[in-house]
This record gives sequence, C-alpha cells and structure tokens, in this order.
Amino acid sequence: MGTFVLTDALIQTTTAVADWVLVLPLILALLGAAAALMLRKTANLCFLLAMLVVVAIIACEITLLLRVFESGPLSMTMGKWLPPFGISFVADLFGAGFALAASVVTLVVLVYAEGERGQGVDDNFHAMVLLLLAGVTGSFLTGDLFNLYVWFEVMLIASFGLMVLGGRPLQLDGAVKYGFLNFLATAFFLLALGLLYGLLGTLNMADILRGAPLANPAAIATIAGILLLAFGMKAAAFPLNAWLPASYHTPPAAISALLAGLLTKVGAYALLRSLVVVLPASRDLLEPVLVAIAAATLLIAPLGAIAETNLRRAIGFLVIGGIGSVLAGVAVPSLEGVSGAGLYVFHAMLTMTALYLVAGLIERATGATDTRHMGGLYAASAPLSILFLVLILATAGVPPFLGFWPKLLLLQASLGQGGWSGGLLAGALLINAVLTLIAGSRLWAHVFWRPAPGGATVLPMARGAVWTGFGATAALAALIVAAGLWPNGLFEILAVGAPDMIDPARYVEAVGLAGVAP
Amino acid sequence: MNTIIFRTMAPLIVAIMLVFAVYICLRGHNEPGGGFIGGLIAASAIAILGMANGAEATRRALRFDPLSIAGFGVFIAGLSGLASLFTGSPFMTSIWLYLELGETVVPLSTPMVFDIGVFLVVFGTISAISLGLEADGGEAS
Repeated sequence: MGTFVLTDALIQTTTAVADWVLVLPLILALLGAAAALMLRKTANLCFLLAMLVVVAIIACEITLLLRVFESGPLSMTMGKWLPPFGISFVADLFGAGFALAASVVTLVVLVYAEGERGQGVDDNFHAMVLLLLAGVTGSFLTGDLFNLYVWFEVMLIASFGLMVLGGRPLQLDGAVKYGFLNFLATAFFLLALGLLYGLLGTLNMADILRGAPLANPAAIATIAGILLLAFGMKAAAFPLNAWLPASYHTPPAAISALLAGLLTKVGAYALLRSLVVVLPASRDLLEPVLVAIAAATLLIAPLGAIAETNLRRAIGFLVIGGIGSVLAGVAVPSLEGVSGAGLYVFHAMLTMTALYLVAGLIERATGATDTRHMGGLYAASAPLSILFLVLILATAGVPPFLGFWPKLLLLQASLGQGGWSGGLLAGALLINAVLTLIAGSRLWAHVFWRPAPGGATVLPMARGAVWTGFGATAALAALIVAAGLWPNGLFEILAVGAPDMIDPARYVEAVGLAGVAP
Repeated sequence: MNTIIFRTMAPLIVAIMLVFAVYICLRGHNEPGGGFIGGLIAASAIAILGMANGAEATRRALRFDPLSIAGFGVFIAGLSGLASLFTGSPFMTSIWLYLELGETVVPLSTPMVFDIGVFLVVFGTISAISLGLEADGGEAS
C-alpha cells in the first residue's frame, strides 16, 4: 500500500466536447422537465418547449447513433473519476438505437396530446413526459447497474404522475396496482444489487463483466435469478403481467400510448443487458426458466387479448405477447436471437405506441371503451380502419411490416438452436403470430366491420383535434411501414450491434477497463 | 392547535429555522448537513407557518409556487453539472473558485450550486405537499 494520490483516481485526459452527445439527451430532458414544471401554467409555452427539447434530443441521439456505428461504443464517466469509481455512461448501438426510438415516440405522443388537451391532460403533462423521457434515456445509456436503478425510480415517479393526471377514480385504481407491483419490482432489483455489490464490490457493468467469472457461480446465478424476477415484473412477462392490463387503459390514450411504448421495453432491455451481456454464464444456467417464461408469455398473452372486450385492455395483452418475443431472444442468445430481440424492442416501441394512439382515436370517435358498444366505424372513417389494420398486421408480424423482421430472426434463432427448447420457442412464436392475428382481426371486425349495435353512435369529431391526433398516428404508422419495407439500415446496425452484445469486448474497452486486472 | 401563543411564536420560530436551514445547507460540503437536510428544515418551517397562518396566506408569503421552486432547483442542479463542458472534463466534474476576501478565503464551487439545487427541490416538493395537506379540502396546485 503506497500513499494515496488523489489524481490516481481521476481521468487525466481531456474530454472532447463531441463526447457530450452521450449525456446531452439526458441533460436536455431533465432541464426541459424542470423548465416545463416552472412554466406549467402556460400550456402553449410548455408544448413549444417540450417539442424543442425533444427535437434537440433526437438530433443528439442521431449523432450519437452514427458515431457509435462508425467508431464503436462511446463512454463517459461522470465527475472525472476513473471507472469503476465514477458512474459510467456507455452507448452501444442497442442502447443508442432504443434511446432514439424512445424520443421519436415521445415526439409523436406530444403532438397527439395537443389534440386531447383539456380532456384530462392538464398542466403537469409536459413536465412529466420529459421526466419520463429522462428516465428512459438514462436507462438505455447508463453503464452502471445502480444508476439503472435510479433511472427506474425516475421513470416510476414520472409514470405514476402521468397515470393519475386527471384524477378519475378508475385512474387511481389502476395507478395503485401499477405503482405497488412496480415498487415491488424495484425493491427486488435493489436487493439483487446489494447482493451483487457485496459479492463483487462493483456495480459498473463493464467491471462486473470482468469480476463475475471469478466469483461463485451459484451466488451469481441467484442474483441473476432475482434480476430476472425484477425485470420480468417490469417487462410484464408471464406470470407477473397482471398489472399491465389492469392499469394501462385507465389514463388518457396519449399517456397510455407513451407508457406502453416505453416502460415495458425498458424492462425488456434491462433483461437483455443484464442477462445476455453482463451475466452470460448465469443466463446459461437460467435458460430452461427463460424458455418456459418466453413460451408461456407468447402463448397466454394473445389468448387474453382474444378474451378481452375492452379495447385498450386487449391491446395491453398484445403488448405482453411482444415481451414474450424479446424473452425468446434472451433465451436463445445467438447472433440472430439477440438481433431479433433488439429489433423487436425497437419495433414494439413504435408499434405499441401507435396501436394505443389509434385506440384513443377510436374511443374518441365512438365515445365507448368497450368493443361491445362499438361497430360500423368503417363507414365513418376508412383511413382509421386501415391504420388499425396495418398496426395489427405489424404486431402479428405479417410481412412487409416492421414486425415481420424481428419475428423472422427469432424464428431462425430458435430453429438454429435445435433441441426441445428451440422447437418449443419456434412453435410458440408461430402460434403467437396466429393468435395475435386472430385477436387483432377480431377487434378490427368488431370495431369497424360489423354493423353498429343498437345504441352505438359515431360521434362527430372536432376537426382540428382529429387532424393533429390522426396525423401524428399516421406519421408513426408510415415510419413503421417504411422501416418494414426498407429494413437494410436496421440490419446494418444489427450486424454491428448484436456482436457487441454477445462479446462486449469493445464495450469494456470503451469504458476504459480493458486489460486492467479486476 | 391554532392558539394565540402558537400564532405569536410561529414567525419567530420560522425565521430562526429558515436561517438555520441555509446554514446547514452551506456547511454541508465537509461537515454533517447539506442541501437535502437543509431543504427539509426549511420546508418544516413553511409547514409551521402554514399551520399558524393558513395555507393560502403562506402560499402568498412564498411568492413563488412551491413546485416551481422545485423545478428551479432541478434546473440549476443540472446547469451546475453542465459547466464542466467548458473545461474539457466529463459531465458533473466540479469546478472550484477560491475568492479571497480580506483575510479569509471563500471557496465557491459547482457542487455548492448543485447542493443549493437539491435544497430548492426538497424545499419546494415538501412545502407543496405540506401546504396541500394543510389546505382544507383544496386542490394542491
């Protein structure tokens, strides 16, 4: 033990200003949320501010994505401390791509919500949305497990706030279920972190990557099991999915679209990151569990959607089914499997948001939330019915929409895996696609095709409000169709990003921990 | 609860607590204290004022809406981390300035600005909650 020199623990090189694209999305979202909170009495100004902030975030994230694509993962450790002492932020292609999708979705929802203003979306809306975006962006870009916990809490606060905006009794009911189960999940997450820190003395992901192979495999696998429980709950994987259909239909449509697009996907991403990248040896031990959870989620969720008559609750089950696909990728972490899971998260963020937005438009047009009181909407609005059908096909994974490609990759992965687990997953994926198609087309037939049941009305819509809402949703759907028709860019990103997930050597090197003894 | 003794003493207690809160916040860098605990003390002072004078009068006395104060706190805490953009260091790196005032040296730093931000966040949030609870059946906004 020599004398302690402070500068030994500090980064000596200067940080290029260009590296700040890594933290700017987060800083902008946080500062924007703070500013929106101060300006919340002036909704117009808030909207303008939020739009500007989100556009700036998107610009930063596109720059970040291109940079990571060209020159590998990018890292910055806060406060000039050397990793693992400081908190590292690391962007690889998966993290950066998901962060970009999250802010695009947020932009669409902000525009859509303008059409709903005055209908339960009140003056704290913009601050909460930006805070949620900050939490989601932080989760995707952080390279430290404890920091990930912090962003989970930020997300939880913001989503809890969003869920009760308007304060109807039904919303409070949904928010209590949502809040309680998610608090429980974060408590499990924290428990796992305490154990992991006690075992390894570090929570920096790159540092865990070096330390975990030397630790007791049984202890690490236990921790991975608790993480699977916590993130599975967050992602609404079967059998921990009950909170999602119980809460997502209660707030206004714009809010439930945002929550459906972002929250469960962060849970799925955390599973992918923690099990596939950080603790791969424990993932191998947990593989039978993962296969079972993935298959059960894939098979049971669409059955829930078929049985459900409330439109947004039914869509909630489709969201859960999607989580099963991501879990299938975690269960089969070959190059195709990880690519498929990543692409599915990307696709689900866009598609699930769009589905909820369309559901909001349908609810506004019919004045009902239950499909039993809907019908004949095709005659009233053909574009809306086309939009809904396109999104249903995209969710089920019918070519040429975006949902087809990740399903194809996952199918290839599970068939390539072979054995009982591969066969089970491949079967579950195919049956899930068919069941999702049945559930979706049943919804479509009920809402649009069959003649309106007695008492069902088609409300005249205020023109301006419809155009902002419909326009925003159609733009998002167009993006989904375009990405499905020209998926080459996405596949190029996956070709670089997926190998980095399976062999994170470049990730560790970017953090600056390569070659240092643990 | 709302006796004349309490109402007479409340402003005095509140004034002492507010000064003490600022003191606790500023000494927090190297000694026990800091923005969080200082903010809690200041918010308790506001809660006492609310009990004595009523939530509405306290809100007027604060001039700014408590939640806006909290927002401002987050804002300056974020900005304090952003300052290191101009020194070629990562986010949240501290920058120190030693002001020589006669015989003493006053150290000013970005962590202090951050701590003041934390103070305002805690102060604003807890005040908003306590004033919301003290208002009789009113909406806290």
